[in-house]
Amino acid sequence: MWLLLKNGHLIDPSQSVNQKTDILIVDGLVAALVPDTNDGVSDLQSLLAQRGLDEKDGQILDCSGFIVCPGFIDVHVHLREPGQEHKETISTGAQSAAAGGFTSVVAMPNTVPAVDNGAVVRYVVERGRETPIRVYTTGAATKGNEGTDMAEIADMVEAGAVAISDDAAPVQSADLMRRVMEYCKMFDVPVLTHCEDKSMTRDAVMNEGLMCTVLGLRAWPRQAEEIVIWRNILLADLTGCRTHIQHVTTRGGVEAVRWAKSRGIRVTCETCPHYFSLTDEALAGFDTNAKCCPPLRTADDVEAIKEGLADGTIDIIATDHAPHAQEEKEVELQDAAFGMVGLETAVPLLITKLVHSGVLTLDSAIAKLTCAPAKLLGLPGGTLAEGSVADITVLNPEAQVTVKSADFRSKGRNTPFEGFSLTGKAVATLVGGRIVSGDLPKLAVER
Amino acid sequence: MAQLRRKDVLGLQDMDRDEIELILDTAESYKEILSRPVKKVPILRGKSICTLFYENSTRTRCSFELAAKIMSADTTAVSTAGSSIQKGESFKDTLLTLEAMGMDLFVIRHGASGAPHFAAKLLKASVINAGDGMHEHPTQALLDMLTIRENKGKIEGLTVLIVGDIMHSRVARSNIWGLSKMGARVRLCGPGTLLPAEVDKLPVEVFHNLDQAIEGVDVVNVLRIQLERMNRGFFPSIREYSSLFGVNKCRLRRAESDVLVLHPGPMNRGIEITPDVADGEFAVITDQVTNGVAVRMALLYLLLGGGGHVASA
Repeated sequence: MWLLLKNGHLIDPSQSVNQKTDILIVDGLVAALVPDTNDGVSDLQSLLAQRGLDEKDGQILDCSGFIVCPGFIDVHVHLREPGQEHKETISTGAQSAAAGGFTSVVAMPNTVPAVDNGAVVRYVVERGRETPIRVYTTGAATKGNEGTDMAEIADMVEAGAVAISDDAAPVQSADLMRRVMEYCKMFDVPVLTHCEDKSMTRDAVMNEGLMCTVLGLRAWPRQAEEIVIWRNILLADLTGCRTHIQHVTTRGGVEAVRWAKSRGIRVTCETCPHYFSLTDEALAGFDTNAKCCPPLRTADDVEAIKEGLADGTIDIIATDHAPHAQEEKEVELQDAAFGMVGLETAVPLLITKLVHSGVLTLDSAIAKLTCAPAKLLGLPGGTLAEGSVADITVLNPEAQVTVKSADFRSKGRNTPFEGFSLTGKAVATLVGGRIVSGDLPKLAVER
Repeated sequence: MAQLRRKDVLGLQDMDRDEIELILDTAESYKEILSRPVKKVPILRGKSICTLFYENSTRTRCSFELAAKIMSADTTAVSTAGSSIQKGESFKDTLLTLEAMGMDLFVIRHGASGAPHFAAKLLKASVINAGDGMHEHPTQALLDMLTIRENKGKIEGLTVLIVGDIMHSRVARSNIWGLSKMGARVRLCGPGTLLPAEVDKLPVEVFHNLDQAIEGVDVVNVLRIQLERMNRGFFPSIREYSSLFGVNKCRLRRAESDVLVLHPGPMNRGIEITPDVADGEFAVITDQVTNGVAVRMALLYLLLGGGGHVASA
């Protein structure tokens, strides 16, 4: 079986490619990249002949006017299964990912029960295989994701966990975090860490500042995040463990990571679309969909996040896709669940808020969704070099979209972007050379 | 008489000076009813008002109920104890259930900031915020302003000091908005631990030293200090709080000679205010309570009277 993606403009930061290129896919792998020579017909016939492929055993799809790039990888999603299937399942989460242009997702371990042993890792991996995309999972750093005793990390890595994380249950003890890092280093598995000093965030709802003061809500100060970012950077330096700071939201957090990188400490970090798209002003009407953890910050922080993305301090863009049921958000703000869905709004937000506004080139934006996350976790994909898996996202960066949560594939409808007019979207998603979402027009094989 | 062009009264932040003046003028005219031997007028006959209280309250709830009854409305009181709320019914369902019984107006007190806003968006009925979390308590600020205006003849140009736990106080927030819109200068004084972040960006002057803060002020509004704050480490002891931030006779001498002392109650005598000040010549604390009934009568009338409200968008 072969497939030719024709007339698309390939952007593959892993190979520094940015030009019109046809892509020949054979048996789910990238077989050849054919830069545009205005001579596509003979190219195809010779390409097929060289490989002993039958013309009838494949098809050509037209990508004219579209950007073709390696499939997007989201290193931070909550798929809620096992245990909270009313919010999302691995299946619906995967469909949401595919619809949003993601070919791989990495699930966080705060399920019920937590992903804290090999058996639960295997469950998630197996359920993931039933979906059309690649589903990976992290393992919890601590037993029960409770933050007190180290979980069986070797068992989880053996079962397929691609990283260890303390997301949603930030390890409070510096000593325990040190041990987790030392232990993870043995397997060269990175620690993905949610940085929060919980002694400073009791009952906290939103960013500490003027808006919080006016609304009379409990404050979630930036220092609660930054103190633990600094702590974990120092522990990464101490242990040599690859450490990835999740969802950086503040200027101080960006500066900490910048300092760490300048010192050669093995630290990477991510931010999420909502942290460069919104500020704490989004809470003004007590909108529970704008409540997330860490909270939305200020315009100055948004500026710093953009600077960090532009200068490479922030390596990765992840969604922190956090689906919740309607009844968990349709309550008083202080009682509402933290988090927002993100898989189906990430691409339009990224293109609108970062690329069209001149913060990032499309190449570097794509890098933060492809080769950077693939490198962090050692995943297949992230590149369309010949021989690699044909996980591909096809973008129309000029498409006009209006966010309508009722159309989401995710079970979660909790988005603060409802009704936003944005530019850019994923028009098709391919995993292993097969279209898993969207469609592309077929072209006849010309002779 | 004019009406408020709004469905709900949720806070003073989004209210303009004309609206505040209309409420105070209306309240002033209703005050006379309270001194009649037969305190009953038929203005709101046939209207159903629900007081929905998720926090304990004596004075605010009594005040609203009395205001409604004087104006001949029918009142229904729902509180958390012994209701379906305790059986785990959501706020949304409680509201929809009560509205389906035909309530025209809800008076809501809730520990969660923004809860009345949630209700206002959900319901066609009017909502009056009777205190939400640490956010706003508009009727308290209105009765404070009525008391000030009555005693001083004006609000514009006065200097008003609010002293105590500003961080957790909805009374302080509503007073800051209301007083600044009416042209008063607002001073805040409290321990650094009980002043919220960036409060100095509001139209206020911030002090930590009460002797300096009280210098030359026309009004002192003393906030209740909740003793549980001490257990959460906001201040070390009652003794120390009282010595730094307690309003006593000696400190009051630094204020204007005709200073007014307000307290939203309930008071901790001997802690944030000494008994000689609370019962002294400058205190207008019982006037506040009377004015509370008048302000609430005014709001009920302005939202319900004369054939419905202009629904807000």
